[in-house]
Amino acid sequence: MTTLIVNARLIDPKALTETTGWVLLRDGRIADRGEDSPPGLEEPHRLIDARGKCLAPGIVDVGVKTCEPGERHKESIRTAGAAAAAGGVTTMVTRPDTTPPIDTPEALSYVRRRGVQVSPVHTLPMAALTKGRAGREMTEIGFLLDAGAAAFTDCDHVVTDSRVLSRAMTYARSLGALIISHPQDPGLSRGSAVTSGKFASLRGLPAVSPMAERIGLERDLAMVEMTRARYHADQVSTAAALPALIRAREAGLDATAGVSIHHLTLNEFDVGDYRTFFKVKPPLRAEEDRLAMVGALADGVIDIISSMHTPQDEESKRLPFEVAASGAVALETLLPAAMRLYHAGQLSLPQLFRAMALNPAQRLGLETGRLARGAPADLVLFDPDAPFVLDRATLRSKSKNTPFDGMRMEGKVMMTLVAGALVYERAT
Amino acid sequence: MTFTKRHLLGIEPLHPVEITTLLDLADRYAEMGRGVAKHGHALDGLTQINMFFENSTRTQASFELAGKRLGADVMTMSMQTSSVKKGETLIDTALTLNAMHPDLLVVRHPHSGAVNLLAEKVNCAVLNAGDGRHEHPTQALLDALTIRRTKGRLHRLNIAICGDIAHSRVARSNILLLGKMENRVKLVGPPTLIPAGVSDWGVEVFEDMREGLAGADVVMMLRLQRERMDGGFIPSEREYYHRYGLDAAKLSCAKDDAIVMHPGPMNRGVEIDGTIADDINRSVIQEQVEMGVAVRMAAMELLAANLSAAREAAASGVTA
Repeated sequence: MTTLIVNARLIDPKALTETTGWVLLRDGRIADRGEDSPPGLEEPHRLIDARGKCLAPGIVDVGVKTCEPGERHKESIRTAGAAAAAGGVTTMVTRPDTTPPIDTPEALSYVRRRGVQVSPVHTLPMAALTKGRAGREMTEIGFLLDAGAAAFTDCDHVVTDSRVLSRAMTYARSLGALIISHPQDPGLSRGSAVTSGKFASLRGLPAVSPMAERIGLERDLAMVEMTRARYHADQVSTAAALPALIRAREAGLDATAGVSIHHLTLNEFDVGDYRTFFKVKPPLRAEEDRLAMVGALADGVIDIISSMHTPQDEESKRLPFEVAASGAVALETLLPAAMRLYHAGQLSLPQLFRAMALNPAQRLGLETGRLARGAPADLVLFDPDAPFVLDRATLRSKSKNTPFDGMRMEGKVMMTLVAGALVYERAT
Repeated sequence: MTFTKRHLLGIEPLHPVEITTLLDLADRYAEMGRGVAKHGHALDGLTQINMFFENSTRTQASFELAGKRLGADVMTMSMQTSSVKKGETLIDTALTLNAMHPDLLVVRHPHSGAVNLLAEKVNCAVLNAGDGRHEHPTQALLDALTIRRTKGRLHRLNIAICGDIAHSRVARSNILLLGKMENRVKLVGPPTLIPAGVSDWGVEVFEDMREGLAGADVVMMLRLQRERMDGGFIPSEREYYHRYGLDAAKLSCAKDDAIVMHPGPMNRGVEIDGTIADDINRSVIQEQVEMGVAVRMAAMELLAANLSAAREAAASGVTA
């Protein structure tokens, strides 16, 4: 199948350029691209006129919770995949914090198989770093890699025993496996629901100091220095943690960091009158921290933006704030929320797609994330200016726990292609 | 209308005029309570349900008496022993009670914000009788009434609030109320019991109690919860009493006519010396209890009036 997309604003995250041109897709890959007049084709092909809208590499979203196996009333690989396609996400890198956790090659193969069967986008599972995510014994890292594990993470369970973590990191290093950690001091953050400060105190909610993130990150990076493991911090959300990251880079450690779209676009005051859809992990931070995260992305100190898609049903959210579940669905709102940063003039479109597509793909060793000849034809066509008011009932996820409900947003996905095949097209 | 709220969820949303309106009415009920005929009719025919998800003796009794004195049918449910233990959610419980058509719902809950959540789901007036460490508005109002009656005014006073500020809803509501009425508010306590970011609240913070009490017109003591006493937040009970317990020596730093308040129940010998608590020239602790009933009568009367006005408007098809 050959497809020619013409009249597109090409967002190239590698060259950091925006140009008007065409892209030729053949056999699931980008065969050619250019800024001149499009080539005349002899072979039968589909012609897509982008009408000046943006064409970018599809988003690679690290840290999607599909709730399968175990909690299919909240989400499934099928519904998460549909939401991803509608959100311009062409690769879901799924989290192992399911029930049971993905800590054996058999469980991992199940997720991969389901992904191929029911998800329109690539489903790339991550595996737990320790058995049962309990922080006591490492998983079969070698077998799991052979089975296709993209990375190893215990998600929000911090491996508190430094000896266990050092051994797992040392072992993972010998196999070149990537370890993704949740930087947090579990003692300080125990039982907390919000970030400490004026707002938390006024609302009377149990709070954690933002310093808990820095303590967790500093420990992790010291372990990386000791073991030389490949390391990624899933979410960095506080300004206090940034100097540690910069020092680690300067020391030549193989360490990267991510940030969730919610920590880039919302702050602690959005919780307002105990709105539990704004309860995420780590909790939303002060506005100064949010701005520091945006700056760190622009400077390349933080590498990856992810949705941290975490479906929760109504029952687990309709509770008093401190006992309500954490997390928000975000596969479909990731791109429009990211457009807020673009429209605010804080990050360019190529910069955003560097953080949402190129960097995560490179970190996981994937070919995708580029708008180059030979790269997989995983693409998203979107209108960055199209306005809408989000109605959570329209989301494709089974759970509708989005903090953006009723908010004005800009940025609509028009079309999503995975390996050259159309997996989503907006009804007009 | 000088009191416009549908619910009494906290001091935070109240306007100073609303606070004054409520206190003026409560003043009249305080006088009535001292008379022979203590009965009013403001809540005749209305149903008041008290839902206490957390232990309470004084607040529960005070609300019950306030409702009965105004003629309401009062039912009190101790939710710790009811279906909540069987796994029913807060919302389900609220909807079940809502189906009984209460007019006033008095709620105490161990989690901050739980009463706000509940108020969204029911169509009656909701009174917060204390939620987690968030607010306890009727306590702050009764404290304000007590201060106003003793000191003759509720503004430009020097007020020290001492003890476990971090875990206290009483402190939060009082800080908000006394700030709205333009008083100088000082917080005194060990740094482990002072909430983060408190300097942004327009209050002064003192770690030394004598410094904090200097020049105070009102000394408000807070109860130290037993579970916070050992090692977690303070080293020991006796060290706390030595540094932050109110005794005659520390009280002498305050003004000569300073009054001593405590929301009760007191830990004598932990946060307050027994003789000071019993000193009728200094302690207004008994009067606080008395004002509690009056303030709750006033609050329920004002909310009931707003509720019936809203219902009449709805019935006649007029929307606000």
